[in-house]
Amino acid sequence: MQRIGVFVCHCGTNIAATVDVKKVVEMAAKEPGVVHAEDYQYMCSEAGQAKIINAIHEKNLTGIVVCSCSPRMHEATFRKAAQKAGLNPYMVEIANIREHCSWIHKDMEEATLKAVILARAAIAKVNLDAPLQPGESLVTKRALVIGGGIAGIQSALDIAEAGYEVDIVEKLPSIGGRMSQLDKTFPTLDCSACILTPKMVEAAAHEKINIYTYSEVEKVSGFVGDFTVDIRKKARSVDMDKCTGCGVCSSKCPSKKNPNEFNRGLNNRSAIYIPFAQAIPNVPVIDRENCIKFKTGKCGACSKACAAGAIDYEQKDEIITQKYGAIVVATGFDVIPLDKYDEYAYSQSKDVITSLELERIMNAAGPTKGHLERLSDGKAPKNIVFVQCVGSRCSDERGKSYCSKICCMYTAKHAMLIRDKYPDTNVTVFYIDVRTPGKNFDEFYRRAVEDYGVNYIKGQVGKVIPQPDGTLMVQASDLLENKQILMEADMVVLAAAIEPNKDVRKIATMLTASIDTNNFLTEAHAKLRPVESPTAGIFLSGVCQGPKDIPETVAQAGAAAVKAIGLLAKDKLTTNPCTAHSDELLCNGCSQCANVCPYGAISYEEKQVNDHGIRETRRIAVVNNALCQGCGACTVTCPSGAMDLQGFSNRQILAEVDAICR
Amino acid sequence: MSIEAKEEFRPKIVAFCCNWCSYAGADLAGSSRLSYPADVKIIRVPCSCRVNPMFILRAFEKGADGVIMCGCHPGDCHYTTGNYYARRRMTLLFSMLDFIGVENGRTRVEWVSAAEGVKFSQTMNEFVEKIYSLGKNVRLEDLRCRN
Repeated sequence: MQRIGVFVCHCGTNIAATVDVKKVVEMAAKEPGVVHAEDYQYMCSEAGQAKIINAIHEKNLTGIVVCSCSPRMHEATFRKAAQKAGLNPYMVEIANIREHCSWIHKDMEEATLKAVILARAAIAKVNLDAPLQPGESLVTKRALVIGGGIAGIQSALDIAEAGYEVDIVEKLPSIGGRMSQLDKTFPTLDCSACILTPKMVEAAAHEKINIYTYSEVEKVSGFVGDFTVDIRKKARSVDMDKCTGCGVCSSKCPSKKNPNEFNRGLNNRSAIYIPFAQAIPNVPVIDRENCIKFKTGKCGACSKACAAGAIDYEQKDEIITQKYGAIVVATGFDVIPLDKYDEYAYSQSKDVITSLELERIMNAAGPTKGHLERLSDGKAPKNIVFVQCVGSRCSDERGKSYCSKICCMYTAKHAMLIRDKYPDTNVTVFYIDVRTPGKNFDEFYRRAVEDYGVNYIKGQVGKVIPQPDGTLMVQASDLLENKQILMEADMVVLAAAIEPNKDVRKIATMLTASIDTNNFLTEAHAKLRPVESPTAGIFLSGVCQGPKDIPETVAQAGAAAVKAIGLLAKDKLTTNPCTAHSDELLCNGCSQCANVCPYGAISYEEKQVNDHGIRETRRIAVVNNALCQGCGACTVTCPSGAMDLQGFSNRQILAEVDAICR
Repeated sequence: MSIEAKEEFRPKIVAFCCNWCSYAGADLAGSSRLSYPADVKIIRVPCSCRVNPMFILRAFEKGADGVIMCGCHPGDCHYTTGNYYARRRMTLLFSMLDFIGVENGRTRVEWVSAAEGVKFSQTMNEFVEKIYSLGKNVRLEDLRCRN
């Protein structure tokens, strides 16, 4: 039998005005197990806590109930007080008689009766409380960043600056990500490469940062503070230590007609290539699918041309296994495929392009060396039409329900840059709404309209029809004038929706990180924990969590890094002791619990059990306490009742139900 | 004197609230002083998926007149998927209770976020009103449990 102390708080008049505190003390004292009951003005004050500590010492209490405000306010306070007095902190229960009672009821008699019942339920629960010991787990002081775009680079730099080792894993041959493909950035119009490449160099040169390019995460196991990750370093076919990055191999390569991914397939590259001039590492990679040597066995032009002898056709994929304490996901985004949007004639005309393709066309290192020209005939376009929200804010299943957030701003940027460089080009933008929240964003958009004379029309484009003379006929509606428009254009630019990187689902599954219906990673709390995944130790950086622009991405990357640093700074983690626990004599190893566990915390072991004298080996569920977050899904799904949740056990909740219904 | 006049009917109502959304929503209703009848008593559980249908049956057995379960909105569960399990379990349980004659109105599932104090209070007011209109629950009560 427990020896329980009940402490009823007046909370000034917050409780005492509507609850007869003395009556609660009197009634609580009659409950089974209660050996001490008292009230005080402010239980949370130093003096109030001293009363609790004294009573624990004097009456030799084994459990306490505090009737006060919500446990979300002061549960931690009273647990600490109990701990000070040498009591296990999990032997404390709170009866919420303020938020759930005194503040919402006016009738004193009613409120007092309810407070008594709430106290009774808490006493019934504490009667069945068992001392719990939080476990400890060690923290590996190394972080993994998945994705080497601006988000990943920023997170890695911030973590490394705090003194921790960081590995960046990038799928492509170079870090830099989507930002490296951009020409200029809004709202300042500074050159994207000029602000990105110093960061890339800094990351590459940082003694704490190790970059695995052309690599992918293959397997993740473990839990917060102690993840084990297999990284597949794909065969580059070039020795990174020997290569000098001279580029002779690419120029000698006879297989030159391979679509250049970096330029969105608008021009071609050789089979051995460096993706772009500022690539890090500045080491080429052989695209084995298109390399003649790999296809036919006969060529070797690059090997002959390489003075350093760096070409290695025999190179194999390498698996690197490494332990990490924290993982930052920065997998970024891609543009949606436009094959379902035939009305815009994207697949029919070379002059209908996406905005990201326009970025490459405008870029000096792009397929047209930075000259704005039609890809069909190389002529300068005189009339350009921009179409907003292609697949964004879309109500049907072709597109995305969300706003891609960046399109309004980059379209204003494109329109402005074109009008600036080619003042005799007419630029028309069809929009649903122009959304420009952000520092200096609306001013930027207004400049495009007012200073650069960009023609904004509220309305949607219904159809783009390629004409025999090579021009494009744009059929649209003007919602403000309420009329149909037919407009001739030389080039149509589609602001295609952005979506999370295709690989994110695979990565989320490996990490047991949750993902929403749009494949964006879910944050632990939309407002209060926006850069943490609900899975402990996984942090979210950049567009993998939701559409955002560069400043927001960098801010979030920094925030994710801080959260990761906070974790890595600890030597040990205390684990929540309110975890599930399986009774090995009841468990029949059916796997139901593991199926519903959102954290992959349940595994199975062949275990020797002694069931009333019968010794046998049984398959038994084992809960990893470091992974278990204590939701209790397994406890309900367990058909044999073997799973129970410590701190919220079946018996405890039933005891509360009984006390309330008594 | 009739029995009704001697004993005014005050229902016993148990509310299971998840720690992360609905319990916090109830706290917000409290701090916003949004009243609802004192007949509702809240039991805190970590997640709506912790609510075993057995708990609800036990409440009715012990004389509860209504049981309501509140959790995070679908998709917003702190434990990612807990409320989806809870929703399915309760759908099954409630249809079974309906089958054995416990009126549908005596049980309810409601999603209340931590920011929805108003919704919490409104839901509880509605629910209590419904229980008053249904009257005493006798279908599942184990009379041996009566004091």
